[in-house]
Amino acid sequence: MAGEDNRLELKDVSHVYVNEKGASLAVEKLNLTVRRGEFVSLVGPSGCGKTTILSMLAGLMPPTGGQVLLAGAPVLGPSRLVGYMLQQDFLFPWRTIRDNAAIGLEINGGKNAAALKEVDRLLTELGLPGSGSKYPHELSGGMRQRVALARMLATNPEVMLLDEPFSALDLHIKLQLEDLVDETLKRLGKTAVLVTHDLAEAAAMSDRVIVLAANPGRIVKELVIPDEIRKATPMEARKLPGFQDVFDQLWAELNRAEGGGGHA
Amino acid sequence: MPKNEHSYKKALLSGLQEDRESGMKELHAQYKQKARRITAAVGTTQFTILLLFLALWEAAGRQKWIDPLLFSYPTKIVNQLWNSMADGSIWPHIGMTVSETIIGFILGTLVGTGLAALLWWFPFLSRVLDPYLVVLNSMPKVALGPLFIVSLGPGFNSIVAVTLSITVIITTINIYNRFIEIEAGYIKVVRLFGASRAQLFRLVILPASFPVIISALKVNVGLAWIGVIVGEFLVAKLGLGYLMIYGFQVFNFTLVLSTLIVIAVVATIMYQLVAILERKLTSGWRER
Ligand SMILES: Nc1ncnc2c1ncn2[C@@H]1O[C@H](COP(=O)(O)OP(=O)(O)OP(=O)(O)O)[C@@H](O)[C@H]1O
Ligand SMILES: [Mg+2]
Repeated sequence: MAGEDNRLELKDVSHVYVNEKGASLAVEKLNLTVRRGEFVSLVGPSGCGKTTILSMLAGLMPPTGGQVLLAGAPVLGPSRLVGYMLQQDFLFPWRTIRDNAAIGLEINGGKNAAALKEVDRLLTELGLPGSGSKYPHELSGGMRQRVALARMLATNPEVMLLDEPFSALDLHIKLQLEDLVDETLKRLGKTAVLVTHDLAEAAAMSDRVIVLAANPGRIVKELVIPDEIRKATPMEARKLPGFQDVFDQLWAELNRAEGGGGHA
Repeated sequence: MPKNEHSYKKALLSGLQEDRESGMKELHAQYKQKARRITAAVGTTQFTILLLFLALWEAAGRQKWIDPLLFSYPTKIVNQLWNSMADGSIWPHIGMTVSETIIGFILGTLVGTGLAALLWWFPFLSRVLDPYLVVLNSMPKVALGPLFIVSLGPGFNSIVAVTLSITVIITTINIYNRFIEIEAGYIKVVRLFGASRAQLFRLVILPASFPVIISALKVNVGLAWIGVIVGEFLVAKLGLGYLMIYGFQVFNFTLVLSTLIVIAVVATIMYQLVAILERKLTSGWRER
């Protein structure tokens, strides 16, 4: 079956936010398919609905119109199949690093000695050996975002939704983490959707980049990244000869999306 | 002194690492010495003020500059205290008041936290109750005292009820406000793992509010003392508040003042104990 390989699908998805001030159309008639193991990035001007799309994929809110499918089935709420990483780490200051990373397991009732050992192994793998019993305030921003990554991976989801997880970090740490995330997700064969403002990041990490325009949010361009850049680590990809070309294309599309205003 | 100054200035100017270090050490030592001197001076002044006050009071009482029947004087009060402790008559009063206060502030904090949880769980309820809470909070709650005496009978129950009326509303409001101002990102983290509302409360809302709950406990110690003493003024047959009122009635102001001192001492001890408890409990809880 063709649907088997489609991990995520948006079919004619629209979302309207309603509050006292009124109703506003955040995204309109989106169609997008993400295949198993694929890494897709969403770029676009602020307010074009990137977080809205991730929230619907994560089951935090239902679409106003259309369908959101996860592995062929409609998304009705948060699922164990899906992990989510936020821009800030939001580690609980009263929990140790280990307990922070294990909170998903605790909620799902899977927190036991074996799982905690697995969490410790994960922390070591992510470059945080021996910090399980420390508290978040003892860690730097980059280390804390690694814990947030461990927290997401601990429940072993198939699909990762990443909402600008690197944007609050220094460039140096950001590049390190990009490589770490890329390597980890590739090795584990995870499917990922990354939201970012950083075009170079999108080009270096993804298989496919979706460019969105705002008012209302919609897809204006889909760019498939060439194989050689795709296979390289994000750090190496940046140095490849074809990289600048991809970046320039994205840049041009984004400018068009930002300048274009309403429907062309 | 000038010689000293000269030496560390020279040390800093010499440019040698060792000289610089010893020069800086010397500055630090001078700084610490100065701080110690000021602390000692403050202590001495505090003690002197107290001593002068007591001496003046004693003299004024004995020389009848003030009416010793109304204002008593320190040695008389100390005597009274000593006797009441020696013959054991003070202890039941202390015991009664302390247990009423402890029950009052613990129960007040627990009930307040419970109500706050209820308001958080049912947002509709919190909208409905909001104006009532505002009115109840601005009311002088000890005025409810007679009502409690009529309905609960004179004694322990109505005293605890007076205490609760003072502590519960403000505790509820403070803790509820903390509950609803917790950053949305923390809530999103657990919601994304499919947490139920009960799990959200247990894993995020309650622990994130822990410092506020503990500080409410501390505030409630003070409020509970007010409630208990007023309650005892109104109805009791036992307790420090009762002892004071009794002193007034029989015109024994030495008894009144000595009881006041006991209240001050016991309340301070209790407050300090709760402050230590607060530090113990919140030491594992760390701010960002
Ligand atoms: N809770 C909300 N209530 C009302 N409007 C909202 C809400 N959340 C988002 N919006 C609106 O929906 C549109 C899309 O918002 P969204 O947060 O998805 O954008 P975004 O692409 O993630 O932006 P950014 O790049 O700044 O994070 C915006 O116009 C925003 O103002
Ligand atoms: Mg966003």
